Amino acid sequence: MAQMKFMCDAERCIECNGCVTACKNANEVPWGIQRRRVVTLNDGEASEMSISVACMHCDDAPCMAVCPTDCFHKTDDGIVLHDKDLCIGCGYCLYACPFGAPQFPQTSAFGERGKMDKCTFCAGGPAESKEEEYEKYGANRIAEGKLPLCAEMCSTKALLAGDAQDVADIFRQRVVQRGHKDGAWSNNPQASTDNLAYDAAQKG
Amino acid sequence: MNLLTAQAPAAVPRSGKGLALGIWRFIAVALVLALSLAFAQVAVAQADPDREMTTAAPGITADQWRQVRSGETGPNYRDSRHDSNYNLINSSGETWRHIRNRWVSPFGLIAIGATAALITLFYLIVGRKDLEAPRTGRLILRWSLMMRALHWTVATLFLALALTGLNLLFGKFVFRTLFGDAVWAWMIAASKLLHNYMGPIFGVLLVIMLVSLIKENIPKWHDWEWIKKGGGMIGKKHVDAGFANGGEKAWYWILASVGLLVVASGFVLDFPNFDQSRDTMQWANVIHAVGALGITAISLGHIYIGTLGTEGALEAMTTGYVDETWAKEHHNLWYEEVKDQTIPEEEVAARKSSGTSAGPSATRTS
Repeated sequence: MAQMKFMCDAERCIECNGCVTACKNANEVPWGIQRRRVVTLNDGEASEMSISVACMHCDDAPCMAVCPTDCFHKTDDGIVLHDKDLCIGCGYCLYACPFGAPQFPQTSAFGERGKMDKCTFCAGGPAESKEEEYEKYGANRIAEGKLPLCAEMCSTKALLAGDAQDVADIFRQRVVQRGHKDGAWSNNPQASTDNLAYDAAQKG
Repeated sequence: MNLLTAQAPAAVPRSGKGLALGIWRFIAVALVLALSLAFAQVAVAQADPDREMTTAAPGITADQWRQVRSGETGPNYRDSRHDSNYNLINSSGETWRHIRNRWVSPFGLIAIGATAALITLFYLIVGRKDLEAPRTGRLILRWSLMMRALHWTVATLFLALALTGLNLLFGKFVFRTLFGDAVWAWMIAASKLLHNYMGPIFGVLLVIMLVSLIKENIPKWHDWEWIKKGGGMIGKKHVDAGFANGGEKAWYWILASVGLLVVASGFVLDFPNFDQSRDTMQWANVIHAVGALGITAISLGHIYIGTLGTEGALEAMTTGYVDETWAKEHHNLWYEEVKDQTIPEEEVAARKSSGTSAGPSATRTS
């Protein structure tokens, strides 16, 4: 079984928003919903960096843990999906999510939240028919053997999607080639001891 | 392909020459495969470093990830989502999750369960507090129709809010497995809708009720005595009490403080269209849950004392009248004030059936 993951290489992202557009187009998401967003830090400064964020399909997903209706489930591929028939729009998943992924269309009075919408890793969601699935959750590219459109269309291949091991291998190789002293996960206190560069060299 | 098909028949005679040819062919194929793989490897490894160096942005430093982690956004922070007021990483989300799931949820259940168990135990051991003297048959108006209507409306809303709230916190552990998704989906959606729409009504009525009862609930010194003696709930001790006794006043002030806090935090959660941040709503949620669970636990005590626990208490809030004996035993100071306003049972019954409004003009209406 695969463990599907997204990874955005912040050193490659050029803030073109292609992923945002590709996602909207592939999934026909409701008006006002943008499953993927691009965040730029220190825009215009020397330390500028951009990163594309959506649902990261966490292993220990906080949204799943706090949902009062238990509407989330994890597929065999490690993709976090939710059932819109069970969602009540309480917003708890949004409070808990580290990435601001859950969004709610505002269709009723008093700012009441509609049914939550988030990135599905282009894997659709629970529905009776294909049409219903597309209507509710958007494309199911995984069922067609394809990866999420955002990553597939990323012009600089900053956004990677796929099995965690493959994604990590690609990124590790990039890191080795860039020659960082302490690997890419600079915040990781293990980075220097793990010696990612050595690992990558051994793997070829 | 031609080579393979053309030479295939040659391998049929099992001569030494045929075998040698087979081996050579195997080696050739293996070599081609190995070389092509090696070249591919070299191609990947060699072509990329230059490209990687030219395409990659300047190195992202640990400071930048630290900035992300801290949640600070700065003036040059950009987000492509049109309505977003979020930072890149919601670092307080995990804290909220742990407070809610590890502390509030289990300890809320323990608080309510323990209170219910203690009350049951108290009832089994001590039992109902009966009137010590026989009833005199003369009644005093304690609660006006307006107050009773207000009390029962607030009480009904309170129970409905408590049950729907408990369902939102604990329902998924019980009813989803019990009834299946179809019923559960309906149940939880109704819970949320009722909770969100009844909440504000409850809040407004609670404020009205608190305002109209504040005069009777101003703490006095004898209330402290009342609380120290446990209200004389056990045994035959008598403690002084005015219109409201120490326990009632304590309940009043719990509602006036924690209750209003629950209402206020509920408003923050109920109307997410005022651009309040995720962090604000996380805190509002924790305050709301802790306060509401606490009040629900305490309300069990109020409900017990008002129904099963005290003889004559429930009829005060249903009929509005209490017996003279009840007033003397439970609210002696109040009884001293109103003892000249007693009316015989028969007169009250007659008034009720003739439909005129109850009570002599001097009885309190608030």
